[in-house]
Amino acid sequence: MRFSTLIRHIREGGRNVARNGWMSFASMSSIAVSLFILGVFMLLALNVNKLADQIENQVQIRVYLKLGTEQAKIDEIKRQIGRIPEVKQVTFVSKEEGLKRLKDSLGTEGKEALEGYENENNPLPDGFDVFVFKAQTIADVAKRIGSINDTDPDQPIMGVYYGADTVKKLFRITNAVRNIGLVIVAGLAIMAMFLISTTIKMTILNRRREIGIMKLVGATNSFIRWPFFVEGALIGLGSSVITTAALLYGYSQIVSTSQYDLGLMMIELADWKDVGLPVGGTLIALGTFLGIWGSTISVRKYLKV
Amino acid sequence: MIEMHDVWKTYPDGTTALQSVNVVIDRNEFVYVVGPSGAGKSTFMKLIYREEVPSKGQISVNGFNIGKLKQRKIPFVRRNIGVIFQDFRLLPKLTAYENVAFAMEVVEAPRRQIRRRTMEALDLVGLKHRASSYPAQLSGGEQQRVAIARAIVNSPAVIVADEPTGNLDPETSWGIMKLLEEINFRGTTIVMATHNRDIVNSLRKRVIAIEKGTIVRDEQRGEYGYEI
Repeated sequence: MRFSTLIRHIREGGRNVARNGWMSFASMSSIAVSLFILGVFMLLALNVNKLADQIENQVQIRVYLKLGTEQAKIDEIKRQIGRIPEVKQVTFVSKEEGLKRLKDSLGTEGKEALEGYENENNPLPDGFDVFVFKAQTIADVAKRIGSINDTDPDQPIMGVYYGADTVKKLFRITNAVRNIGLVIVAGLAIMAMFLISTTIKMTILNRRREIGIMKLVGATNSFIRWPFFVEGALIGLGSSVITTAALLYGYSQIVSTSQYDLGLMMIELADWKDVGLPVGGTLIALGTFLGIWGSTISVRKYLKV
Repeated sequence: MIEMHDVWKTYPDGTTALQSVNVVIDRNEFVYVVGPSGAGKSTFMKLIYREEVPSKGQISVNGFNIGKLKQRKIPFVRRNIGVIFQDFRLLPKLTAYENVAFAMEVVEAPRRQIRRRTMEALDLVGLKHRASSYPAQLSGGEQQRVAIARAIVNSPAVIVADEPTGNLDPETSWGIMKLLEEINFRGTTIVMATHNRDIVNSLRKRVIAIEKGTIVRDEQRGEYGYEI
């Protein structure tokens, strides 16, 4: 292809967008609306994911030791737990600290119940907080910590707790949210594709006559196809850029105005700068692809005349 | 220039449009194709510019065996055939100039050449001054002139005109005929299907009459020969 021909195709494609004003507008709107909904769900899914990660990261194992376990033994057990590859961090929680935490967590009402318990008559055992890399491995890690007792005749570990049921329930919920989000996003992407191919099919149908005339004066198929290709790409690119800009602007506004309220509920929204690239990149790539794909298959269908 | 040997055309719905057509049209001839509606004139024309393929027989145009032409070669044969229709078939969103230039852009001619040849073609059809008008702003006769300019801009060997005066009043029709004659005079073969008795009888040329799919008459300087 001559360079001037390529320029001509690009110019012609751009001109077609302007000339077919309403049809272009309809295509762009349908792409924009589909992409916008898709984008909203992507943001939702990303935030749910983030939330799920946050919750999962708070999952921890609490290990209690037999009362009166000596310091050497404590260090030994800490080393053993630390050697488990799935374990991210082991923190020693002395019984004094344990009491303080208990008092804090019970608040003012609980204070009465714990009245009189001070460090001298602390009924709590020493223990560890164990954090794991992946929340899914927590049950396994807990079991292995428990089995330290098997190798030690003193059986220094009094108990291992990690809220088994709560953790399981949490996983069920976060997994469900992720899967539903994925299904909705996939469904919307397919819907957007159908919408766009239909719109561009209509554009082509409107221009059947035009294509017929092009063929009559001796245009090759690729010559006819190029401007439509450019047109589809422009429509897809234009609408996805606009959608992305609107979506991210709206999202940044929501984040900045609601951060305080949600912060009280311990929810932290993902920063728009962090989600901007994956969401924007996906939308623009998908939009451009949809535009090109829609116009390409539609033109191919009507070039056989 | 155009040769048909035992050409048959049967459409998928079973109607036979042409049967055993044999014809030779030489370079630089001007031929009228006449006959009642539905006799097969349009099919005859379509076979020449490869809109239809013969069911049987051979057609060659300008040395190409166009019945056996590969799909992707068709555009290159069309570039040597200018086609004119009753309904003009201009692109409504392009100006007269752009409509004509379009036929040259398609063959990827250099821009400077496009500009020069397009203006020459518009000049020949007498529409240089309306180059920037859109088809809707032009009269029927003017639109047909633009279509003719488009047909000749690539200097084709053959012009196929399917009832070019069908939508025009007698006076305008004469203008178009003068133009076609001029183009023919400059060396282009013209095949023109028509229902216009006055034109055929006044501007005497070779007449091929088709009835019920067969050529029933083929005479030099012939007459229209049908009552309207």
